[in-house]
Amino acid sequence: MVGYTEALTDPSYNGQLLTLTYPLVGNYGVPDPLIKDVDGISKFFESGKIQIRGLVVHELSLTASHWNLSMTLDEWMYNEKIPGISGIDTRELTMKLRNGGVMMAALVVSDSEIDVEEVKKQLASATHYDSEQFMDVVSTKHEKIYGDNDQSVVVIDTGAKNAILRNIREIGYKAILVPWNTSYEKIMSYNPKGVVLSSGPGDPQKCPDTITVVKKLIENNVPTLGICLGAQIIGIAGNTDTYKLKYGHRGQNKPCVNLENNQVYVTSQNHGYGITPESLEKSDFNLWFTNADDKTVEGIKHKKQNCIAVQFHPEAAPGPNDCKFIFEELQNLMESK
Amino acid sequence: MPKNESLKKILVLGSGAIKIGEAGEFDYSGSQCLKAIHEDGINSVLINPNVATIQTDTRFADKVYLLPVTPEYVESIIEKERPDGIMLAYGGQTALNCGVNLEDTGVLQKYGVNVLGTQIPGIKRTEDRQLFKDSMKQCGMPVLKSSTVTNFEDAKKTAEELSYPVIVRVAYTLGGRGGGVAYNEIELHEIVERGLKASLVGQVLVEEYIGHWKQIEYEVMQDYDGNNVIVCNMENVLSMKVHTGDNIVVAPSQTIDNHEYHMLRTAALRATKHVGIVGECNIQYALAPDSDRYVAIEINPRLSRSSALASKATGYPLAYMSAKIGLGYNLSELVNRITKTTTACFEPSLDYIVCKHPRWDFEKFELVNRRLGPTMKSVGEVMAVGRTFEESFQKAIRMLDIGNDGLVLNRRNGKTFTEEEIEYKLSHHDDQILYYVAIALKMKISVNRIYELSTVDPWFIEKIQNIVNVEEKLKNSELNESLLWEAKKMGFADKQIARTQDKTPDEIRDLRKNLGIIPCVKQIDTLAAEWPAVTNYLYMTYGGHSNDIVIPEDEKGIVVLGAGPYRIGSSVEFDWGTVNMVWGLQENGEKRVSVVNCNPETVSTDYDICTRLYFEELTQERILDIADFENPKGIITCVGGQTANNLTPGLAQHGIDILGTSAHDVDRAEDRSKFSAELDKLHIQQPRWQAFSNLSEAKSFAQEVEFPVIVRPSYVLSGAAMKVVWSQEELKTYVKEATDVSPDHPVVISKFMLNSLEVDVDGISNGKQVIIGSIVEHIDSAGVHSGDAMMVIPPWRLSNKIIETINEYTKKIALTFNICGPFNLQFLVHDEHVYVIELNIRASRSMPFVSKLVKLNLISLASKAILNKPLPKIPENKWQKITNYGIKVPQFSFMQLEGADIALGVEMQSTGEAACFGNSFYDALSKGLTSVGYNLPSKGTALVTVGGSHNKERLVSSIAKLKNLGFKILATEHTAEFFEEKVGQVEIVHKISEPERKPNIADLLYERKIDFIINIPSTSTLEKYVGMLDDEYQIRRKSLELGVPVLTTLELADSFVNTLEWLKNNKTTMEPIEPYDKFE
Repeated sequence: MVGYTEALTDPSYNGQLLTLTYPLVGNYGVPDPLIKDVDGISKFFESGKIQIRGLVVHELSLTASHWNLSMTLDEWMYNEKIPGISGIDTRELTMKLRNGGVMMAALVVSDSEIDVEEVKKQLASATHYDSEQFMDVVSTKHEKIYGDNDQSVVVIDTGAKNAILRNIREIGYKAILVPWNTSYEKIMSYNPKGVVLSSGPGDPQKCPDTITVVKKLIENNVPTLGICLGAQIIGIAGNTDTYKLKYGHRGQNKPCVNLENNQVYVTSQNHGYGITPESLEKSDFNLWFTNADDKTVEGIKHKKQNCIAVQFHPEAAPGPNDCKFIFEELQNLMESK
Repeated sequence: MPKNESLKKILVLGSGAIKIGEAGEFDYSGSQCLKAIHEDGINSVLINPNVATIQTDTRFADKVYLLPVTPEYVESIIEKERPDGIMLAYGGQTALNCGVNLEDTGVLQKYGVNVLGTQIPGIKRTEDRQLFKDSMKQCGMPVLKSSTVTNFEDAKKTAEELSYPVIVRVAYTLGGRGGGVAYNEIELHEIVERGLKASLVGQVLVEEYIGHWKQIEYEVMQDYDGNNVIVCNMENVLSMKVHTGDNIVVAPSQTIDNHEYHMLRTAALRATKHVGIVGECNIQYALAPDSDRYVAIEINPRLSRSSALASKATGYPLAYMSAKIGLGYNLSELVNRITKTTTACFEPSLDYIVCKHPRWDFEKFELVNRRLGPTMKSVGEVMAVGRTFEESFQKAIRMLDIGNDGLVLNRRNGKTFTEEEIEYKLSHHDDQILYYVAIALKMKISVNRIYELSTVDPWFIEKIQNIVNVEEKLKNSELNESLLWEAKKMGFADKQIARTQDKTPDEIRDLRKNLGIIPCVKQIDTLAAEWPAVTNYLYMTYGGHSNDIVIPEDEKGIVVLGAGPYRIGSSVEFDWGTVNMVWGLQENGEKRVSVVNCNPETVSTDYDICTRLYFEELTQERILDIADFENPKGIITCVGGQTANNLTPGLAQHGIDILGTSAHDVDRAEDRSKFSAELDKLHIQQPRWQAFSNLSEAKSFAQEVEFPVIVRPSYVLSGAAMKVVWSQEELKTYVKEATDVSPDHPVVISKFMLNSLEVDVDGISNGKQVIIGSIVEHIDSAGVHSGDAMMVIPPWRLSNKIIETINEYTKKIALTFNICGPFNLQFLVHDEHVYVIELNIRASRSMPFVSKLVKLNLISLASKAILNKPLPKIPENKWQKITNYGIKVPQFSFMQLEGADIALGVEMQSTGEAACFGNSFYDALSKGLTSVGYNLPSKGTALVTVGGSHNKERLVSSIAKLKNLGFKILATEHTAEFFEEKVGQVEIVHKISEPERKPNIADLLYERKIDFIINIPSTSTLEKYVGMLDDEYQIRRKSLELGVPVLTTLELADSFVNTLEWLKNNKTTMEPIEPYDKFE
C-alpha cells in the first residue's frame, strides 16, 4: 500500500510489467531523485532509474501530497519514458496471475481499435522473460565505493538495491559494489571482511560466473550473506536446486519463522524463484527460515562455513524493517572470524 | 506456546450500558472472546448488565450475570464462581478500570485469578500518563512535551512553559472524557477543574497542542513469545484536531510514504514489546505534516472501537485472535480465519479503501455544542468499502441514514456562505466540516488555503474536488455512458444523479442497467487476492469489472437487513435482533442467509454469523443491487430497526418479496390516518390527534383538546424534533419552524395526557396466533420518551383489568394488521382507560429485555412465523408466571455532550441501557441504577431543588425517608421552607446565579459536599423553558460535569430514595440468567 518509489526502482523488477494490488497509487508523489546521503547513495531510490517496463494500476493519483515530493508519479514515469495504464480492475488481474502464474504481457496504446490477436502474435515472438539476460542491464559496469571506513564489505551486484548498501554503511563498513561477474581474486584484492550477494532479477542459473565465485568464497570461509537472488546463487553453489514459483512471493507482509528460536518476522519479499526444499538435505546447508504460510525456504545457513542467506529482503525498502538484524548476523560472522 | 491447559473457567468483563465512547463494539469483541474460549472447551462466565447484547445470550458464555461491572459486584462473582483467569480487554475502559482496581485491592491475588493477556503492570504503563511517558522514553519512542498535574496552579505553570494553546487530557477515562484544548488561562481553569474531577486518579496531563499534525493509528497483535504484527493502520482525515472517535478515518493510511509507514510500524512493535502487551493494542501517533517528526500519543492495551473497525476493515478478527493469545497460543499457531490455510501471524494487505464516518445526534440535545475536538461526541459510526476514496466516502455518508445521499446534490440545498463565514467554518470543525470543504471549493477557495484553515490533508481536499467536479459535469453536460460510469466510480447515488437530470432515481437505474453499469461484488480476503480465499465477506464497488463470486442459478436464499449505525433510538438491541433472526432462520432449516449492514461495531457484521455478509449501504439502490445479484427468495426488513423498516415500501414496489408482515400491512400501521381508521373499527381509543398545515386550525384544535399537546412534523426529517407545547405562543413558533423546514408536510398535533402511565407490549404473531412476550410498564410517567424511561416487568401499578384490556387489544390489533413476525405496541393508561399510541411492526428496543427475562426468544419465534412454520405451544401468558423482577434503566452520555441539558423530555436522549433482574422490585432496581453509574450512598447529603407546589407535595414522603435514613437535606430558600415545615430541619443553600450568597450550591458541588441532587424542573412540565430556568440548568450541568448524580423526574427520585431505604436492610441477589426455554 506504500513503497511504489522503492519497488519501481528495484532492479529485481527489471524487465517486468508490474501491477499493484492496492488500488490508489501515487498519493504521496515521488521525492527528488537527486538527493543523496553523505556517502552519495540515493536517499529515496533503490537504483538510478525506474526498472520496470510498465505499470498497471487501478487509480493513479494525478495530484500528490507530501512534504518530501518533487513530482507526481505520472510526471516521473513520463520523464523516464516508462508507460503505465490506470483504470484496470487490478484485483481481477491479480486473480488471473494467481491462477495462471506470472505471464508475458503487452501494454498497447492506440487511438484506433487494438487488434488483440496481432498483439498476441507479437508477444509470442518476443524474448521470454525467462531467457532474458538481465545482468548486463542491472549490474554495475565497474566498482563503486561508498564510505571511507577501514573495514569493507564487497557487494556483488546482480541487481543490488541501494538499501543493501545503506545497511552495510549502517553497521559500520565501507561498501564496495562490484560487477556481477567479478572474479574471486579481484574480490579478495579489496581485503573485505565479508561479501554480500545482492538481490536481482531472473533465474539464478543465468549467473554461472557468480556461482563459481561463491563456491570459492565458501571454500575459503569468507563471511558471506546472500539476499534473494543472492541466496539462490549461494544455494546452487552449495548443492541445492532452485525452481520457479508459480507466481512468486511479492509483498511486504510475508511471515517467516526463524527455526532457531521460533520467532516469526514479517518480511518484505520479491522473488519468482526459490530454493527447492527437498534439495536441502543433500546440500551443505541447514534450513534457517521458512515461509509460515507455504513452508517454502526463506533462509539457509551453511553447515560448517560462515555463509548465510535469506530469500526475503532484510534491507526492506519497501517493507518492514523487522529483519535488519540479518546484517548484524553478517557482522557477527565477520567479527568472530 | 500452545494453550494453557490449567485454565478451566474464565471470567470475562463486559462494558455495561452503551455510552459515548463505549458502544456496541464491545458486544462484538466480547462475543468473539467468548467464542474463542468456548471453542477450547473452557467454561466462561460473563458479567455485563447490557441486556440488549448478543454476548448476554447464553450462547457463547456458559454463565451470564446481568450485574454492574463494578469492583464490588465482580468480587462477589469471583468469590462465587472461582474462575482461574479473567479477561479484561474486551469490555472497554469499564472492564479495564475494574480489573486494575481488583488487582490493586488484592482481590485477584486473594482468589488466585490470573489476568489473561496484557498484565496489570503493562496496562498501567499505558494508562497512567506519567508511566506511559517514561516507558516510551525508555524504548526510544518520542512523546509530546507535557506534564502531569494534580492541581490548577501546576497546570498553569506547565501551560506557560509550553505556551498556549495546550491540550488537557484526563487519566483513566473513556472517549477522552473531560479533556479539552485551552487557548488561555480562563479556559485552562475550566477544563482542568472538570478533568480533575472526571479522572479516577485525580490527575490530568497538560501538553503541547499539535492539532494540525496527522493522526495515524496502528493496530498491533503480540503473543506471550513476543511475536508481533501490525494488522491495520489508519489515517484520520481531520488530523489531530478531532478525537479519533469523531474523526473520519480511512484505512489503510493514504498520505504517508513507505519510510513514514515503516518508521511508525517499527516504533509500534518496539513500544508494544516494551510495555508488555499480550493480545491486541492500538497505538496512536501524531505525525508532523512537514517532516518525519512523530510522537506517540497513546496506547490502548485492550480491544477498542478502533480495533473493531480494523477487524472489519481487514477481515482479521482481532478480538478473537487476541483472546486465543490470552489463552496461551502464539501467533504462528493460529490460522487466518479467512483463508483457513495461511497463518494469523501476518499483516493483511488491502485492495480497497475503507472510510469510517461517525454518526452524531446533536439534534436530540438542546443547547449542545456541536464543535468537534478532543472529546468524543458521536454515538455510532459506519464503515464503507470502495476502490476510490470518493466512492467510500460518499457511500459512508449514505450509510449514516441522516437523509443525505452523498457529499453534494442532496435533497436539501446547502446554505450559502460568505467567504468570511466559510473560513470560520473551515477552521472550527463541526459535524459538517467536509461539506464546508466542498462548499469552499465551489467558492474557488484554493486547496492550499482550505488546508491551512482546516488541516485536512490536501490529498483529501483534491478528492473532494473530484466529487465537486463530477457534480458540475452532471449539472452542465449531457449524461452519457462515460459520465455515468465516472459518477458511479466517484460514489454518486442514482438519487444524486437524478437530481441533475430532471429524472427519477428509477429512470437513472434503468438507464445505467441498460448500459451495463452495475456494481461488482468483491471479497474482503485479507491478502488482496494473492491467495485463494473462500470468504463470504463482500462489498460492492464500481471500481472493477468482474465479480469475485458467482451465485448458482438455483440457489435462493434470504437476505436480512441490519440496522445501520448506532444512534440514539437505534442501538445494539437491533443488532441483537438481526443476529437472532439469522440464527433463527438457520435453526429452522434455511441454509443460505445473507446479512447486509454497514456498522463495524456489530456482531451481525461478523462474517462467521451468516452465509454471505455484504458490508454495504442500507439504501434502496444498494439493496436492489444486492437483490439483482443474489436473486433471493425474499428480504427481511423487520429486525433492523427503523432504517431497515423504512426500506420496506420501496423494495416491495420494486418487486422484492418482503418476508414477514406485508408491505401493505406495514403501511397501514405507519400511516397515521389509516392506522386510526383501523383502530376506530376495533373500537380502540387513541389520544386525539390531527394533522395541520395551517396555524389557525392547529390553534383551535389545541384549544379544543386543551394544552399541553405533542407536536411533531408528520414527515420526519432528521433533526425535526417532537415537542410538548403548553401555550398558543409556543405552538405558533413551532408550526412556523416546522413549515419552514418542510412546507409540503403538515404538522401533527396530538393531545398530551398528563399523569398517565405508559406501557410497551412486545410480541410476535403469524397472522393466526399471537404470542405476547410481555407487558412492560414504564416507571417514569408518560412524556418521558420510552427510550429514556425506566421499565419494569411485571407491571407493578397496572390493575388486572387494565392488563386484560391490553392483552385483548394487543391480540386484536396484531390479527387486524396480519402481523407475521415481531411487533411492538405502545399504550397509554389514563384514568383506567387504555389508549394506543403506536404500533411498530418490527423488532423493538425492549425485545432482548423481554426475551431474557421471560426466557422466550421472541426473534427466534418470529423467524418461525416468517417462514410460515407452526408456532410452538407457549403457555398462555407465560410472562405473568415469572417470579422475578426485571428492570431496564437508561444510560445517558451527557458528560460527553458539552452544554447539553440533562432534563428529560419527549425526545430520546439516552445512548444505552442496562437491565438487572432480582427477587424484588428494589433488588432489580438497585443493581440497575448501579449499572448505569449511580452511586447509592448509605449516608451523606442530598440537595433538593423542586419547582412547583405539586411537585413539592409529591416529594414529601421521599424527603422524609431521606431524613429518616440520616441524610442531610439541602434546599434552596422556597423549597427549604416548604420541606422544613413537613419533615423537619433542612439547610438553606443559595443559587449558582447568586454566587455572593453563601453557602452556595456551586461551592458545595466543587467541594464534593453533595452526594446527589433531586432536581425536578419547574412548572411540573417536561418542557424545558431554558431561558427562564437557567439556574436549574446550571445546577444540572455543573453537577453532571462534577459527577454528582441528578434525579430529574419524580419517579426516579422516589425510586432512588426507596432503593436507598431498601438497601439499608437488604442485600442484592446475584444469580446468573437462565437460558431461553426451548419449545418445539
